[in-house]
Amino acid sequence: MDHSQLPILVVLIPMLVSFVIPLVGIWNKKLPFYMATAAMAASLLAALGIMNQVLQQGPISYRLGGWAPPWGIEYYIDHLNAFIMTLVCFISVFICIYSRKSITQERPGKEVHFYCVLLLLFTGLIGMLVTGDMFNIYVFLEISSLSAYALIAIGDEKAHFATFKYIIIGTIGACFYLLGVGYLYMATGSLNIHDLSTLLQPLYGSKVIVVSAIFFIIGLGIKMGLFPLHTWLPGAYTHAPSAVSAYIAPLMSKVAAYVFIRVMFTVFDVSFSFENLPIMEILSWIAAVAIIFGSIVAISQSDIKMMLAYSSISQIGYIVLGVTMGNREGFIGSVLHILNHAFMKGCLFAIVGAIIYRHGTRAIERFGNLHRTMPLTSAAFAVAALSMIGLPPTAGFFSKWYLVLGAISAGKWVFVVVIMISSLLNAVYFFRVVEHVFWKPKSGGTDLPIERNEAPNSMLIPILVLAAGILALGFASHWIIEMVIGQTVPAGIL
Amino acid sequence: MEIIHSIRPLLAILVSLAAAILILFFGKHRNIREFWTLAAGVVKFGLVLSLLPMVLDGKAPVTEILTLADGVSLKLRVDPLGLFFALIASSLWIITSIYSIGYMRGLNEHAQTRYYFSFALCLSATIGVALSANILTFFIFYEMLTLATYPLVIHKETPEALRAGRKYLAYTLTAGVFLLAALVATYSFAGTLEFTPGGILAGTADKPTLRLLFVVFMIGIGVKAGIMPLHSWLPTAMIAPTPVSALLHAVAVVKSGVFGCLRMLWFVFGTGLLSDLGVWIWLAGFAAFTIIVGSMVALTQDNLKKRLAFSTISQLSYIVLGGALLSESAMIGSTMHLVNHAFMKITLFFCAGAIYVNAHKTKISELNGIGRRMPYTMAAFTVGAMGMAGLPPVAGFISKWYLCIGALQAEEMLFLVVLLASSVLNAAYFFPIVFRAFFRKPEPGAGEDGLPSGEASLFMVVPLCISAVVSIALFFAPNVPLHFLELAKTVVQQVLQGGQV
Repeated sequence: MDHSQLPILVVLIPMLVSFVIPLVGIWNKKLPFYMATAAMAASLLAALGIMNQVLQQGPISYRLGGWAPPWGIEYYIDHLNAFIMTLVCFISVFICIYSRKSITQERPGKEVHFYCVLLLLFTGLIGMLVTGDMFNIYVFLEISSLSAYALIAIGDEKAHFATFKYIIIGTIGACFYLLGVGYLYMATGSLNIHDLSTLLQPLYGSKVIVVSAIFFIIGLGIKMGLFPLHTWLPGAYTHAPSAVSAYIAPLMSKVAAYVFIRVMFTVFDVSFSFENLPIMEILSWIAAVAIIFGSIVAISQSDIKMMLAYSSISQIGYIVLGVTMGNREGFIGSVLHILNHAFMKGCLFAIVGAIIYRHGTRAIERFGNLHRTMPLTSAAFAVAALSMIGLPPTAGFFSKWYLVLGAISAGKWVFVVVIMISSLLNAVYFFRVVEHVFWKPKSGGTDLPIERNEAPNSMLIPILVLAAGILALGFASHWIIEMVIGQTVPAGIL
Repeated sequence: MEIIHSIRPLLAILVSLAAAILILFFGKHRNIREFWTLAAGVVKFGLVLSLLPMVLDGKAPVTEILTLADGVSLKLRVDPLGLFFALIASSLWIITSIYSIGYMRGLNEHAQTRYYFSFALCLSATIGVALSANILTFFIFYEMLTLATYPLVIHKETPEALRAGRKYLAYTLTAGVFLLAALVATYSFAGTLEFTPGGILAGTADKPTLRLLFVVFMIGIGVKAGIMPLHSWLPTAMIAPTPVSALLHAVAVVKSGVFGCLRMLWFVFGTGLLSDLGVWIWLAGFAAFTIIVGSMVALTQDNLKKRLAFSTISQLSYIVLGGALLSESAMIGSTMHLVNHAFMKITLFFCAGAIYVNAHKTKISELNGIGRRMPYTMAAFTVGAMGMAGLPPVAGFISKWYLCIGALQAEEMLFLVVLLASSVLNAAYFFPIVFRAFFRKPEPGAGEDGLPSGEASLFMVVPLCISAVVSIALFFAPNVPLHFLELAKTVVQQVLQGGQV
């Protein structure tokens, strides 16, 4: 079989299917779910094929329509984006399977629209990952953002306000990104990432370039939800339908983080990002504040989705902290954390969705007796929570290990302390939930019913797969680092 | 030491993990469930025992499971110190399991399946702690132990128990992040995490940094070891059922703490580096303080289990003190006290549990005349009490003897005084209980409370008699049952030789 067309297929399949879904939906309301799942599964296969190719032959360059870069659009896939793309496809397939029951219950009659837009969102995310063109990233960024706005807006009664906030802030973020691209284009006349990286070398002193770098950081900072640009995130994650939260929370900010890494380390090189400007130093301090801030605010939440959303803000801090430490261990820690956090947050939000599906509540103090009615879901929650705290042998421990190692190698002991404190804060808010789920004393009337009432299989199995993944990734982390993540470390970072 | 690859160390860990799953699976049938607990206990002990001849031959069975980071793998290696601890834990697990059956059924406790499940997990983690070949593997099992004991601590699920559980987690998880920071720093400095007799850290960083690292290590490990001022979770955790307290105190948790402390002192820092840095005296000071203050607080407690808890805090610091003094006899005494204290303290806790199940008494002031009603139990208690005070013919005498000689060898008279004073204090808080039990008349109305008179069920009395007899046997023949003294001497030789190189 000819593998050369895979980079375009991985984007094209979901995009075309999403266009067909509304038409099919006219005569069959059930088919769109299967089409969306099949499209994502096809993308997953394609992504695995690409991954395999990258592992064997190194980075792939694909010319869209045969036009040579830098004039035509180039899809460029190396270890980093092949890896994250596989991750995104994998999580997408399972969350898509998970979403059917949940969305049917929460928004009956909207299934057709939902799967159409979900697939568009998926297309946007994958597009941002495969493309090697700065403007093309912008286009896909907007595709994914617009579909995310639509998906969040179909959530609960407060979703409209949350979406509006997200639209305003998100659009500002996109504008900053676009301005950054514009400045680079002005200075170099190119939009191709690799072309830019060579053209920019002599221009590093220029103020235009510096300003564009700052624009990128602000724009992508908003998209990632990096403190203090995170204000859209808690509302959006909380008020979206459960399935949407479970999809957006693990994936969207990760893809934005990928673009951030791409811009700071491929478009600009390491010498610019670390030496010309004190940006990385500043960013690592911001990340440290984000880590602590997110955790502290999470402690005070009574709504579990809100708590998880603030926890995400803190976890984004980990990812940014790792890349900005400027050494190999820290960078590996970040990329590993992108992987681990996607599994953990996907699992946690999916669990919350299952609880809502069965018991209609997301207030933590109403989770008493949950381990009796939903034992497997509760067990999965325990695994994910331990991983969030970073206890061995779960996956979360290993990203923490590399991040601490990175901080020590960089001689930044403050960040070691920050990570330590954050793990404890994580323990505080997760064990609070664990206490409610597993052994809260039965208080009058507010408890859930005792009979066993596990989520339907189509929701339970994805949850268990993700939970098992959290354990497996822990044991496999060294292998993954040797195979893939070790190759993603940009040149210049030792 | 000759390395041989063997899967037995791994099996010794997995057997109770497998049992945990079976226990969960057979939760509805209590006899089958208890059968799995006991079967796993016997198999585990057999596996650990089968490692003994190899280690006595000077071989080191190793299982390398998988690589966790560059140069560090999930790896088990059976060395004399690790085997020493594994023997204690696995032999006591059998006794504790039998006792648990009597205790839990006697009280008709709820959630027994969860109880046995967590118990089995604890033992896996403890054996893992014992047999770890490097700090990372040690840390993984050490944290697993924290988590597995949490459901046991909050077993009653009352608000008070949940508070105790929270306190337990707050202390142990905080210690965990300290330990993590210390181990990552060690990896960063030394490039290896392998436990090596004589240490791995010498010359890897400047002295102030290493001193700081030592402090971080000791905070990380000192919580479970109950070194004051990090001890206060321990009395609080007494809310747990008595077999759990026995397990926490004698078998698993605190012993993992002091065992870890010895590991860090002798196998990470090494005796040479410790005396170079001069940090041993800090630790010895804290330990001496804990020995005295722990005993004094114990004097003031009326709740029997609380008194035992403070006694544990005090006794654990014997081990830490011996480890820190760095003289040959002190180190032997320290290692021996691991096993001696384990058997004596578990006897005392078993007695407290038997009294609770049979007479529903928790306060010392209510124990008048209990010895007439439960003669075997209180005889065993007396043996334990004598051992705690370091009187012959109980095993406690042996370790105290070595520790005192060690203090003399180290030329630290102050610590000798501390050890002797502590014996007096131990006598002062244990013997009144014995006196009360045997020589005071029961309060009027006792025996009319509708509770069964006489001894508790055989499930409880037999284990506590066994552990009392073993405590005496370890005095007369510390080498016969499981070669404890020989192992201890080998450990110390290795460590001192490693320290010289």
